[in-house]
Amino acid sequence: MPWLNRNFRRELKGYALTFTCALIAIMLTAAIITFLSWKGLSVFYVHKVSLTNIFSVDWWPDRPPEAGGPQVGILTFMFGSVVTSILAALVSAPFGVTVAVFMAEISPRLGQRVLQPVIELLAGIPSVVYGYIGLSILVPFIRNNLGGTGFSLLAGVLVLAVMILPTIASVSTDALRALPRSLKEAAFALGATRWQAIRMVLLPTARAGILMGVILGLARAFGEALAVQMVIGNKREIPHSILDPLITLTSGITMDMGNTVQGSLWNDTLWFMATILLVISFFFILVIRMLGRKGAVR
Amino acid sequence: MRRKTLIDIVLALLMICVLAVAGCGRKEAQPDTEAQEKISGTIVCAGSTAMQPLVEEAADKFMARNPNVQITVQGGGSGTGLSQVSQGACDIGMSDIFAEEKEGIDASQLVDHKVIVQAFAVVAHPEVGVDSLTKKQLQEIFTGKITNWKEVGGRNQKIFLVNRAKGSGTRATFKKYVLDGMEETKGDVEQDSSGTVHKIVSETPGAISYLGIAYLNDKVKAIKIDGAAPTEEEIASGKYPFWSYGHMYTEGEPSKVEQSFIDYILSDEIQQGLVKEMYYFPVTGMQVERRP
Repeated sequence: MPWLNRNFRRELKGYALTFTCALIAIMLTAAIITFLSWKGLSVFYVHKVSLTNIFSVDWWPDRPPEAGGPQVGILTFMFGSVVTSILAALVSAPFGVTVAVFMAEISPRLGQRVLQPVIELLAGIPSVVYGYIGLSILVPFIRNNLGGTGFSLLAGVLVLAVMILPTIASVSTDALRALPRSLKEAAFALGATRWQAIRMVLLPTARAGILMGVILGLARAFGEALAVQMVIGNKREIPHSILDPLITLTSGITMDMGNTVQGSLWNDTLWFMATILLVISFFFILVIRMLGRKGAVR
Repeated sequence: MRRKTLIDIVLALLMICVLAVAGCGRKEAQPDTEAQEKISGTIVCAGSTAMQPLVEEAADKFMARNPNVQITVQGGGSGTGLSQVSQGACDIGMSDIFAEEKEGIDASQLVDHKVIVQAFAVVAHPEVGVDSLTKKQLQEIFTGKITNWKEVGGRNQKIFLVNRAKGSGTRATFKKYVLDGMEETKGDVEQDSSGTVHKIVSETPGAISYLGIAYLNDKVKAIKIDGAAPTEEEIASGKYPFWSYGHMYTEGEPSKVEQSFIDYILSDEIQQGLVKEMYYFPVTGMQVERRP
């Protein structure tokens, strides 16, 4: 029978292997999403919390009902997460792209020998180390030179910006390196200088890949908990300036998760915060995919 | 040929993983029939990170003496300990506070074993110029009515309020026994880990917070409460208010092996030895008793 010959069986085995792995990955993702939504949405169907309660800035989960509680407004946390990670991406992106241009176009040899290992090393530093350095150096520096308590949005943004720099730089470098040589050669042939070629031809063409790097960095900043928690002060209030302390979704979850009882309103609100975290991450990815597709068509 | 074997190996490994995950149920305590007189079994403790180091040490000693007993000690926080023991996910739930005080826990299902006394101290930056505060002053500081150290006899320095994580056992104890249940102001920063709180208080001018007494050293200043310091006598006599029991909760009456482990921690050997070495206080010497 022809389908039992050796090549076909080998083919089948490879197919089974890749299919199983892909299936496991898909099932894991689906399971996490299902579990998170099931736990998170229980604030509505078990605890009957109203939407106006949960999307407010009042966070008093331990107040007894006679004092107007419990109030589980998570807007403060959402604001903190979005603002810190977007600002971090804005600070880090120009640096990351510049590093990428240097590595891919300006000095590939130096880039490959020196810069690349440095960037990879930066990516390998555990986040708690970033947090500790931030707490020991950055926070006192801000307190002594810029005012405020030092525990601030600014400290969080700076720590995160350094943390996501490797992601943005390495993805952008790959995007630039993947461009066909003919593009650059054509630009030179038309009389463009190197800077003109980079700015007007290479960077716009690689836009999709660079954006992908920025969004990956943004996602990492968004999900980072430990380093941020150590430097932002975790005050459950919307900050009025970049020198004010604030709290993010991730640091709120890590601070309270071990101290609350499973199945209680407080704990389920933390699950809901995790669900929101996931939804916002999806939203970021979706937006950037659309942007990337737009860029690719041009 | 080689590639084919490789694929075979990977497939086999995948199968093993799947089987292992499927077969990984909860392990029950296995009674050892050959050593009837010796106690045997497994205990999983989880919960309070403040109690974790002591229970870990005690468990090591206990296991060295009873080779058929396997004890695993995990952290996770008091809330985790209480909910896990209620659900049967662990055998002993360690908690800094009474189960009755934690919302969402059915305390009637749990049996309380108070094993140690943990003392905490109000700490401040070394240069605030204050050694002792009254309970009332502390209440006014933590509710935001007093905002400068000079109002309580110290230097002209703004008070930098470091709150512990809302919902943590330490903060609940502070609120109940020092603030008499008053609701704290949001303060300047909020931090969960004791090490980080210690670092912040030691480095930030005007900072005030509270810590387990194991964290006290000359980098932070321990503030007396109403003139009382966290010493064994002043806690045992009830003069010093800022302490809590370390509880070990079991679901229903403890099994034989759980009971003997709890008895071991309550024995003089541990209470007078390990407990004191690790900056806790023996629960056996208390002259006052607290109820939920």
